[in-house]
Amino acid sequence: MSDPAESVDAMLARIPYARFLGLRIELAGDEMTAILPFGQHLIGNPTLPAIHGGVLGAFMEMTALAQLLVKEGQARQPRVIDVSIEYLRSGRPLTTYARAEIKKVGRRIANVHVEAWQDQRAAPIAALRGHFLVTPTERA
Amino acid sequence: MSDHLDAMRNFVHAMNQGSPHAIALKMETVSLDADGAILRVPYDEKLIGDPDTGVIAGGVVTALLDHACGQAVHTGLTEFKTIATLDLRIDYMRPAEPGKDIFAKAHCYKVTRSVAFVRAVAYDDDPADPVAAAQAAFMLDSSGGRGFGANLKDRKPK
Repeated sequence: MSDPAESVDAMLARIPYARFLGLRIELAGDEMTAILPFGQHLIGNPTLPAIHGGVLGAFMEMTALAQLLVKEGQARQPRVIDVSIEYLRSGRPLTTYARAEIKKVGRRIANVHVEAWQDQRAAPIAALRGHFLVTPTERA
Repeated sequence: MSDHLDAMRNFVHAMNQGSPHAIALKMETVSLDADGAILRVPYDEKLIGDPDTGVIAGGVVTALLDHACGQAVHTGLTEFKTIATLDLRIDYMRPAEPGKDIFAKAHCYKVTRSVAFVRAVAYDDDPADPVAAAQAAFMLDSSGGRGFGANLKDRKPK
């Protein structure tokens, strides 16, 4: 767990669903960005076309999990307790980015906010707020 | 009303078959009636979210619930309208059992002129012992009189 970049890469590589989505994580110092390159299999509505709302929700959930791992270190994958997803704009067939902000981490629960955008950072396409059950490394 | 439901059964079937993500998850609508919609995603190793336990990723449940809630909206309407998800709140009660298909049962309990409200549960064996529960709100006539998908046209930078 010493190198956050290595541990988050290792975590993603082990998760079949992260590979299925095509999710990547980039770290600039301690700032983490999750990247979801567009893929045909992510489309929900082919007539528009638009990325499936569930994919955006799933992507932001994974962003929150990865952020908890990077910033807090986790003995095992945090569990999702609840999420509230706001859909702001349709997801177009473009690369989607997301960043998470950990609002509070207690002994058991973390509160995380995530925002996802595409070509314009100032025009987010979706946001997520969630609670996660955490197991920090030092208590493992 | 039943004509509308018949038409909607055909519509959701076409929607599942035409939606690349629904196909990728092998999602299908098991039933659609005045009570709402029941959908299924079969267990698949490529959808595992926790490699230590083999439990399906929460994201799959999210996508299934979103899809099921959207289809349930159509059962609460009397004519076809375009819809868009405004928000989706999900409580995860327990991990889905590895190896089992996941179902979602969604019911549209209130429709106003502009908004439809939906509740749903995701489960493996018994809807009374849910994996997750969801509450969602959808905008109706989401294209707002403009052409379908007008909101996806290139946005001019301000």
